[in-house]
Amino acid sequence: MIAEAGLAALWLAAALALLQLGLGALALRGHAALGPAVRPVAVVQGALVALAFALLILVFLRSDMSVALVVENSHSAKPWLYKFAGTWGNHEGSMLMWVTILGLGGAAVALLERRLDQRTAIATLAAQAAIGLGFYAFLLFASNPFARISPAPADGHGLNPLLQDPGLAFHPPTLYLGYVGLSIAFSYAVGALITGQVGPTLARAMRPWVLGAWILLTLGITAGSYWAYYELGWGGWWFWDPVENASLMPWLAATALLHSVTVLATRAALRAWTVMLAVVAFSMSMIGTFLVRSGILTSVHAFAVDPRRGSFILVLLAIYIGGALALFALRASSVREGAPFEPVSREGALVINNLLFSAILGIVLTGTLYPLAVETMTGEKLSVGAPYFDATAGPLALALVVVMAAGPLLRWRRDELKALAVRLAIPAAVAIVAIAVVFLLLPVAGVLPRLGLIFAAGIAIASVAPLAGRNLRRTPLHIWGMVIAHFGIAVSLAGMASESAFTRETLVAARPGETLAVGPWSVRFVGVEPVAGPNWTAIRAKLEARRGDTLLTLAPEARMFNAPPTETTESAIATRPTGQLYTVLGKSDGDGRWQLRLWWKPMVTLIWAGGALVAIGGALALLGRLRRERRREAM
Amino acid sequence: MKPKNQRLALLLLAVVAVLGAALLAMSGLRQQASYFYAPSDVVRDKLPVGREVRLGGMVVKGSLRHARDGVTIDFRVTDGMKTVPVRFRGIAPDLFREGSGVVAEGTFQSDGRFVADNLLAKHDERYMPPQLAGAMHKTGKVR
Amino acid sequence: MRWLLWLPLALFALIIAVVMSGLIHPASTDIRSQLVGKPLPEFALPAGVPSHPPLAKADLRGGPRLINIFASWCLPCAVEAPQLMVLKRAGVVIDGIAIRDRPEDLAAFLARYGDPYSRIGSDANSRVQLALGSSGVPESFVVDGRGVIRLQHIGDIREENIPTILAAIEAAK
Repeated sequence: MIAEAGLAALWLAAALALLQLGLGALALRGHAALGPAVRPVAVVQGALVALAFALLILVFLRSDMSVALVVENSHSAKPWLYKFAGTWGNHEGSMLMWVTILGLGGAAVALLERRLDQRTAIATLAAQAAIGLGFYAFLLFASNPFARISPAPADGHGLNPLLQDPGLAFHPPTLYLGYVGLSIAFSYAVGALITGQVGPTLARAMRPWVLGAWILLTLGITAGSYWAYYELGWGGWWFWDPVENASLMPWLAATALLHSVTVLATRAALRAWTVMLAVVAFSMSMIGTFLVRSGILTSVHAFAVDPRRGSFILVLLAIYIGGALALFALRASSVREGAPFEPVSREGALVINNLLFSAILGIVLTGTLYPLAVETMTGEKLSVGAPYFDATAGPLALALVVVMAAGPLLRWRRDELKALAVRLAIPAAVAIVAIAVVFLLLPVAGVLPRLGLIFAAGIAIASVAPLAGRNLRRTPLHIWGMVIAHFGIAVSLAGMASESAFTRETLVAARPGETLAVGPWSVRFVGVEPVAGPNWTAIRAKLEARRGDTLLTLAPEARMFNAPPTETTESAIATRPTGQLYTVLGKSDGDGRWQLRLWWKPMVTLIWAGGALVAIGGALALLGRLRRERRREAM
Repeated sequence: MKPKNQRLALLLLAVVAVLGAALLAMSGLRQQASYFYAPSDVVRDKLPVGREVRLGGMVVKGSLRHARDGVTIDFRVTDGMKTVPVRFRGIAPDLFREGSGVVAEGTFQSDGRFVADNLLAKHDERYMPPQLAGAMHKTGKVR
Repeated sequence: MRWLLWLPLALFALIIAVVMSGLIHPASTDIRSQLVGKPLPEFALPAGVPSHPPLAKADLRGGPRLINIFASWCLPCAVEAPQLMVLKRAGVVIDGIAIRDRPEDLAAFLARYGDPYSRIGSDANSRVQLALGSSGVPESFVVDGRGVIRLQHIGDIREENIPTILAAIEAAK
């Protein structure tokens, strides 16, 4: 019964989305009387699709084995938390989550949007409904999550312990909220293009959504990186894997959009840019989803491979993005000229910021799709990895952080290079000191790590410079947000460069009792013992690491699971204030020796600490803006 | 700057940036993309010494040697026609074994030996990894 | 300069074209098996469940049969079980190799989904599976009375595959 109710709710929601689109289109084409009906329809649509999703969750929590999806992906013995997360840990469920967030977003816009003129608001809601419709169709006709199975088996098949991992469970919703938040920015942009109202009001309406989506994407990517780092056992934190790139590209576009939307909101400039970036950001979200789900790219973690599903999403993609880009080409001339500004100004810096982000985005997209293109055209197989991305995007990223340092110190509309140079004097001095220190510490090292360290030092100082001379208690929250976010970038950059430059590795086959050295640590290999868990057996090594007065024990494992049979390495990581000791156990040589791989990675945690700071900065900025709006409305 | 000119300037700037990024990407791809080689390709084409590439094939049965240090292995990779000697230092993946397919990432040395940084093992003995099937096509072995 | 505004759409169309072709001509994932015509490797496996005899290469004489590699924890194996029953009813002898499994789980699987097997060998660490060149479950081989592989079917057996398998069994007689 519950499943049928869920399906019915889904159908109703789809019908309402159709109604929302229809009413909106008619209202814009002269039947203005229909306008006021659009918002309530959007709200009810959101409520209904949320109900459908809630019912699917209920079906999972109750382990209802008459529903095919539950049988394939769940098991009555699963902890309830993973039953809950299992709802979206599969193709159909995650698609339903996607439309739910789309619908709820539209409902939120319908309830909260007060700034925009009526027509643009209606156009926005109509666009949001149009996006939803494609996915409703996909769900209802090709991926029904509520399909029954008969006869109902006694229990499910989804007891794969490898998938019962908190990171794996909660990573998708975070990213999805980010992607779909960008859909709202997209709808605003499309709506404003239709009604010709691209201006500061649009920017102020769009900004909280862009900020919210961007914060979530930042968190999602940071968490994903750390998860891959400790789970894969290679000691790497970014692999330029297509699935990783699929989450990075929307983030790049969203960051550019974030900055552009602020310019539009405060200075009424960069109108066409902002609209274009909003379209690109959501396009990247959709392309990312498509890449991950279609199986056209080989990846370490591709899933739900089904060319049919991939084709459907590709068609949706083509319609939505192609339509928006065509709309842009047709209506861009109706977008008013922006307020003028000099090349040397904050607007100018933000233009360069936009360009650099777009260039990096293009480079990542090209690198991700190139193997596919080449294989299609010549049959040749090649792969594009870190060497390409480091060589092309690396220098651009360094240029970008320089702009990030200088931008906030520039005045709006018009400034002078000499004045900027004065403001950058202290950061530059710090950077010069850093050059000397880096070359002393690292007589032999790659160019990028060295530059990274030097730039990180200078930028860390430059990012707090905007606070100089201010009354800190009365500095607006969004300025604090900017400072903390930019500082977070510097911190993350320092971590990346440090990991690259200072990591020490030891790879040996050792006998129990031997002591190994890695960096400043002396690690004694005490021995191995067999251990067992609920559905796995493993060989566990015991290591004692000593440095000065500190003694740590680590226990890396080589684990073998039964159902399904897989072998994994469980790395053992010890985190210290100055870095991490990362240990991996390999195989035995049959003669009493065991392979051990040890890394000492100084300052590596800064990478993710920086990411967290960036997200915190964004949250502060969002809070500050929302509080300001509330105060403005009250007045 | 007048608004009209400003818009034009921004547009041109955007075009220049796009072109610049495209050129950068193309040159990056040409230099850094990792090409896939089967052993026969290696002997036919010029040896791409020093450049990061992938080498795929079957691990020749009986060719696996463990070095004294316990973490380095030597083995030979074949596509049925030619073989290439490979050296790898590290923890080999579990599915890596003689007679099984493997894709190694690394560089060729001038003496024809391949030094692998990374091994991706495929879990089959007798059907080739998909990449190798494509390359076999290139080396002319007809199926 | 107006045409420049259409550049993004043009670029996008290019990307879609590239990706579409990737879908239409998927990278050669179906690899022609090199196993057909080759003899099975020697193997002797212990019994997977007490109720069925064990499986060794020596047992494969006396007529063509289907060797089905499966496991109780494998969902597609459950999905293909009815098709195996269809084959059994058509007179095909089916021997199973259960990989990385436990007797109690196997017994429960057979009880739930049906039992088409004459013999079931237990391949606890996938050695025989890998020696057979199999990379996953389920996978099935039509083997003739001399232990030579005549057909390899990767993935679950579906209704539309039944005629091909029956034909291969016939040809192997």
